[in-house]
Amino acid sequence: MGLLDFVKKIEPDKKKSPFLHTLYDGFFTFLYSPDSVTKGGVHIRDGMDLKRTMVIVVLAMQLCYLFGSFNIGHQHFAATGQYTAFLDGFHLKLIYGLIQLIPIFVVTHVVGLGIEFWYAAKKGHAIEEGFLVSGALIPLIMPPDIPLLWLAFAVAFGVIIGKEAFGGTGMNILNVALLSRVFIFFAYPTTISGDEVWVAGLAESGDTLATTYNWFHTGLFNGIFDWLGWDTFQAGMPVVDGYSGATPMALAFKEGWGAVTETYSTTQMFWGAIPGSIGETCKPFILIGAAILIITGIASWRIMLSMLIGAITCAWLFNQWGVTPFMEVPWMYQFYMGSFFFAMAFMATDPVTASSTTTGKWIYGFFIGFIGMIVRVINPAYPEGWMLAILFMNVFAPLIDHYVIESNMGRRARRVKESAGAVPVTPVAEAVAEH
Amino acid sequence: MIKGTTKSTFLLLAFLTFSLNASAQASSGASNYLLYGLVGAIGLLLLIAILMVAENMLHIEAKQMGVDKSGANYSIFPNRDEIYKGKSGSLPTGSSVTALKRGHDIKLAGAAEKVVDAATAGTTFALQPQNFVGISPIPKVTVEKGNEVKAGDPLFFDKKNPSVIYCSPVSGEVMEVRRGEKRSIKEIVILADKEMQYRTYDLPDLATCKREDLVEFLLGSGVWPMIRQRPFDMVADFNIIPSKIFISTFDTAPLAPDNSFIVEGQGAAFQKGLDVLNKLGTKVHLGVSATGASSAFTGAQGVEINYFSGPHPVGNVGVQMHHTSPIDVKDPAWVLGVQEVLTIGKLFTEGKFDASRIVALTGDELETPKYVRTYQGANVGELVKGNLKNDGARLVAGDVLSGKQVAADGFLNFFDDQLTTLEEGNEYEMFGWLLPLSPRPSVSKTYPNFLFPDLKFKANTNTHGEKRAFVVTGQYEKVLPMDILPQHLMKAILVNDFERMEGLGIYELSEEDIALCEFVCTSKQPLQKILREGLETMREQA
Repeated sequence: MGLLDFVKKIEPDKKKSPFLHTLYDGFFTFLYSPDSVTKGGVHIRDGMDLKRTMVIVVLAMQLCYLFGSFNIGHQHFAATGQYTAFLDGFHLKLIYGLIQLIPIFVVTHVVGLGIEFWYAAKKGHAIEEGFLVSGALIPLIMPPDIPLLWLAFAVAFGVIIGKEAFGGTGMNILNVALLSRVFIFFAYPTTISGDEVWVAGLAESGDTLATTYNWFHTGLFNGIFDWLGWDTFQAGMPVVDGYSGATPMALAFKEGWGAVTETYSTTQMFWGAIPGSIGETCKPFILIGAAILIITGIASWRIMLSMLIGAITCAWLFNQWGVTPFMEVPWMYQFYMGSFFFAMAFMATDPVTASSTTTGKWIYGFFIGFIGMIVRVINPAYPEGWMLAILFMNVFAPLIDHYVIESNMGRRARRVKESAGAVPVTPVAEAVAEH
Repeated sequence: MIKGTTKSTFLLLAFLTFSLNASAQASSGASNYLLYGLVGAIGLLLLIAILMVAENMLHIEAKQMGVDKSGANYSIFPNRDEIYKGKSGSLPTGSSVTALKRGHDIKLAGAAEKVVDAATAGTTFALQPQNFVGISPIPKVTVEKGNEVKAGDPLFFDKKNPSVIYCSPVSGEVMEVRRGEKRSIKEIVILADKEMQYRTYDLPDLATCKREDLVEFLLGSGVWPMIRQRPFDMVADFNIIPSKIFISTFDTAPLAPDNSFIVEGQGAAFQKGLDVLNKLGTKVHLGVSATGASSAFTGAQGVEINYFSGPHPVGNVGVQMHHTSPIDVKDPAWVLGVQEVLTIGKLFTEGKFDASRIVALTGDELETPKYVRTYQGANVGELVKGNLKNDGARLVAGDVLSGKQVAADGFLNFFDDQLTTLEEGNEYEMFGWLLPLSPRPSVSKTYPNFLFPDLKFKANTNTHGEKRAFVVTGQYEKVLPMDILPQHLMKAILVNDFERMEGLGIYELSEEDIALCEFVCTSKQPLQKILREGLETMREQA
């Protein structure tokens, strides 16, 4: 095989340049599955490995990426009242979204993978696949207008403090992607919890917000679109009257479900044509991703189901209580807003940070659903609860597992006690031993 | 009947069409709901009507064929027992089945054809001290090179435990005493006679002799090492009366030999073996497959028969013990294989040490996979001579999950009844992790394997990935039908947490039980090795 020979030939020396070798090894094992054979233990191995596991999760997110990049563009133009129908100005919305999304994706991976590679080389182990998923998740949970420098800090924080400090993939206590998100959230609270970052490409001009573009829009793509005779990006378009850019969640908190439906229809919220983090708005596509994960058995359906039950229970209890406008939002409408399904499908089910026992998974999921809803509805400072609820339960997952393990041990100890009492073991006469 | 239903169906359809037309103009909310309800009710009635017709036609058909009084359920509706009970096969009435759901059958190509070839027994045999857990690596060898031995003559004993003697499976000349690392005894090789010579015994009368005398006879006869003691899988401790002795009569491992086939014509010897064991322990449990087993097993006397059904590892004695009478370090069990019971039985029925074994030669690398009649510790190269497709194939003494790799001049181990051949997988595969070129066994639903339940795989020894830290959770539990948390147990072993190891049930496990977990492991962890290390630590502690 020509390619294999060539790739083998350029392998850097492991001793002379460990970093290059680690890098090479990472890409080589990506291109070719290794020729290693079983030694001791089982003689055949399942075709499943960590790369395949991780890549299935990434594939399950692809529809969210597709929708997310288009929705960035859609929200941008909707703010100025241009192309208000969802599919109008398709090329502009898609290109706008991609110009916004690709730098976020690249920065996430350069920073995250860079740190990962550096640690792998330093510790002398192969590059682990954990960041494949974290790196794909982080762009989806960021606001579209996130400053790239913040993003770089957040990813570095997530990967170093969240993962490498604990020993790498498989050892972390907290979800890496969410840790990056929580860093942004607490480091830049006024911007991130306000209404500014959820719609991209609007800047103050005079006393109103107006569209602003860079060279890629006005130079590169406007040239192409002009040549093709299509619509082009128009800088300086002011936003429509009364535009706030507020997310449904912010509206619901202040004035309840009525205020939400004045601005956004339920169909719109269900299909995700609303402002929000990049990948979390489109519920059907997230649910398709969740279905892929459940059918392939990669994510735990127990966590997803129990999280749903927990959230419904809590929302229903709030309905009964009903002292604030948000509490009175009917429980099923809670799921139209915010990022519940994204958190359920991709965040809570991270096997490393979730509870690792079957019973534990039910408890873990339920409490994420329950606590997340409390944070969402009651706490005035946080517009959404799942990030905090999942991180909170990440910390508690080992405790839940501890009690599940204890109960398993207790069951066994009781049984041993009973059976040992039932059939005593008695020694035979010494004569036999002297034979 | 049928005519009537067709008529009523037409009527219903006509009504449906009519009512749809009628309500087309009146599109207010309330009448819409009424319409939907009506349509739903009609649909339901239609469904019931169709089901009733089908049900009646089945009954009529059964009556015409005259089978309606046979007691079987001729109906489209299963009755309650059919839903909740496992597959019953040919069970004696009144016996219940432990139906296990968790596990996985790895279907490989190259199952042994059901013929016994007595011609390829081989000429050299070996007894390997390392096959026995818990004996010292340098036992006292009582023979020298060139000595003539009979089948059943002692070859060595453990200096710490001299009562248990280890005997030659065949008669012949001692060819060599091979030494391994640190001067340990690796194997004692015997060149077999063409005509087998047997050591003669002074048989005790099983009906009248005392247990102590029987134990003493078995120790001296050389069959004692065939009894293993769980936990730890070590040679049975003759100083105890075990509360239970377990025999699994079926093996569900990939390509495993069919014990019902092996025991054919040897039912009397098997029953005799069980009678002997009945005198040794309080109770003998026989694990029998619920989906068809030899009458030698289902009709065994004086033992408790437990029926099991389900995927691998249901045939493992450890799994069966867990569901029948769990063991503990204070309440150990003795376990035997079917062919070991046969050897003990034949000692009494024929008065000779018959260590003959029917071994399944399996795997896709063989021209003709088949059963051969040979003796314990047969030479592997002689068994597969002229039968291999390629030279580079891996030879595994045992099954692909818990067997040991052997060289072509190596020998089967003491307890082996299977030899598997396997293609080596030392090749790079482009994007093999994402888009594999060839089908491969997997429990993962990311492979379309579950769509082809009868596909037999041609597996190779490639690891299909690199070793990683434990990441995925819950996958071991899916293939281990025991109330055990395997991943947490493994972690407890790795950090030497004795309390947790004991609490999480390390005593109930043996390598073969955890082997399937190791197969499915996404992180390619060596679970059997970890477990054995844990067991050794615990055994030294005990």
